[in-house]
Amino acid sequence: MQIPLILQFVNLLASLLLLVVFAMLAQRRILSLINLFAWQGGILALSTFVVAYSTAQHHLYYSAGLTLILKVLLLPWLLHRLIRKLNVRWDVETLINIPTTMLVGIGLVIFSFNLAAPISQLSEGITRGLIGIALASVLLSLLMMLTRRKAVSQVVAFLSLENSLFFAATSATQGMPLVVEFGIALDVLVATFIFGIFFFQIRETFESLDITHMEKLKDD
Amino acid sequence: MIELQLLALLAMPLTGGIVLAVFGARRWAAELNSVMSGCTFAASVLLSIAVIDSGPQTAFNEQFFIDQFNVFLVALTAFVAFTTSLFSRPYMRIEQHHGKLSTSMLHLYYSMYQLFTFTMLVALTTNNMGIIWVAMEAATLTTVLLVSLYRTPASLEAAWKYFILCGVGIALALFGTILLYFAAERVIGDGGTALLWTHLNEVKGSLEPTVLKLAFVFLLVGYGTKIGLVPLHSWLPDAHAEGPTPVSAVLSGLLLNVALCAVMRSKVLVDGSLGNHFAGNLMMGFGLLSVVVAALFLSRQKDIKRMFAYSSIEHMGLITFAFGMGGKVATFAALLHMSMHSLTKSAIFFAVGHAVQKSGTQQMDRIRGLMQVSPTVGWGLMLGTLAILGMPPFGVFASEFLIITTAMHEYPWTTPFLLISLGIAFAAIFGRVQPMVFGQANVKPLPHTPALMPVFIHLLLVLILGLYMPAYLANWYRQAAALLS
Repeated sequence: MQIPLILQFVNLLASLLLLVVFAMLAQRRILSLINLFAWQGGILALSTFVVAYSTAQHHLYYSAGLTLILKVLLLPWLLHRLIRKLNVRWDVETLINIPTTMLVGIGLVIFSFNLAAPISQLSEGITRGLIGIALASVLLSLLMMLTRRKAVSQVVAFLSLENSLFFAATSATQGMPLVVEFGIALDVLVATFIFGIFFFQIRETFESLDITHMEKLKDD
Repeated sequence: MIELQLLALLAMPLTGGIVLAVFGARRWAAELNSVMSGCTFAASVLLSIAVIDSGPQTAFNEQFFIDQFNVFLVALTAFVAFTTSLFSRPYMRIEQHHGKLSTSMLHLYYSMYQLFTFTMLVALTTNNMGIIWVAMEAATLTTVLLVSLYRTPASLEAAWKYFILCGVGIALALFGTILLYFAAERVIGDGGTALLWTHLNEVKGSLEPTVLKLAFVFLLVGYGTKIGLVPLHSWLPDAHAEGPTPVSAVLSGLLLNVALCAVMRSKVLVDGSLGNHFAGNLMMGFGLLSVVVAALFLSRQKDIKRMFAYSSIEHMGLITFAFGMGGKVATFAALLHMSMHSLTKSAIFFAVGHAVQKSGTQQMDRIRGLMQVSPTVGWGLMLGTLAILGMPPFGVFASEFLIITTAMHEYPWTTPFLLISLGIAFAAIFGRVQPMVFGQANVKPLPHTPALMPVFIHLLLVLILGLYMPAYLANWYRQAAALLS
């Protein structure tokens, strides 16, 4: 079956998104991690824009603009400022066993494609396969949250999770109602601010942003 | 028309939050907090009366939907939020007196308290499945800084865990919501109405079952994190133990209910689409697991607030289990248990809060002889404990009895698990509370008179509802149960 060029382009962007999540999973340096996050936001904004153009859904233009402002400019800028203030700009994280993490990641991708297979059958044209990719990115971001030990990279993983969900919403369903998207964007923004407050509180108390210090509360 | 009452209900806490964000450091902030919560409660009563009289209806361009089920939770939420604000006035002053809190921390507390109430009320009244998600996330955001209010290492750790775990959980719920929208779009078409619950409810029979099945799994796991269902519960004991006691009371008594309400809204849609007991079975499984695991953990706790946090997990598990069984009787019992648990558990936290202030520790083996020094705190804790353990004649007995007899009748194999868990919980909690209340005193008096009225108001309500349920109220519960089953 011949797929229209524009849909091929959306599919290309989707696979790029997945690639970026894998790159984030293996990235040790906090600065590069934030830059990758900005790239992810850029891909997301572009794919939303393309979907908006191809389906003539006008409200998707707004959400593409919102993504561009929030995920590509504002949040990375805030994070850059934060790591400069916290003096963790050049921090390198010791990740154990990157190859194993990657293999688990590939397993997750296969799992999500299987899980999404019956749904992909239902959708016509544009959304085929995209739900699988979105679900895979969600699960990979979750994996990233599990493997990280620094507070800042956990937050980037959290934001990448949010990005993957946004991708699912715009590409697979042609955009949630605008009021919902605004609400979600507001929540993400407020969450980032609160995370920022937390970084300072955590460092003041533990003198480090390593969350391994924060594993005291346990049931004996 | 219910627009006016609804507007008042939502405007009160929002204005309160904004005003207290500006004036929260003044001397009268605590009083203003109570007044605003009182007004919210009054608005919720007016709204309930209107809805019970004229049935379910939508408001503001269908963006809000009120029926007997959610208005019942609205009234409960507003009531407990009001009594908690009464309790927190002297409680927070004593904390300040003890040097644990500064004025700026109290400022944050009052403002966030009102905004938290606002987000819960929005989550309960909205008709939009997407807005439910937004409001649930906002509820996390408003409480996360309250959990870390004391700025101790332990409280920061608890707040971080709460933030990350609930953030992840709620993200999964968003994926579920997206799938739901994906299914709805194919039936309703795109545009703003495909996420409105009333519209979804009309077409639920024609929603694609495979998609809805997957969507419900994500929604249950996501909102289930907030309910505190095992194995997603690990944030809950930490957040309850390390946050200030009024926050523990509203988290335990209210937020868990609101999350459960979101799950029930989804369950109604999924049941309609699938036509089988898939959603119910999942909820029963999670519920039963929570009851058993919570009971086992409960018996090993040393910290009094942690112990009662595990008791909350146990009771939320029981309620989820009862909703999962479905049917009119079980749903009625679940609704009753929801209200009894909210009232009793918040009363217990009030009493526990003052007991902890008197003894200066949350370690149970160092709290002794409350009855000697202050009989009101002692009696409050003792009666609250007896009530939550399901002793007759308190209302918890009635609802637990209904749930267990229904389980015996329909799913006999679950009965031993439930009974043994309740037995373990009884032995553990009663064995711990008894020496704290009686025994040799080692506690000291407090600089401000504690407000114990809310404790006894709550317990009195639980007692009355255990002995006699007014026809009006019984009818209300029955209508709500009919909507869900």
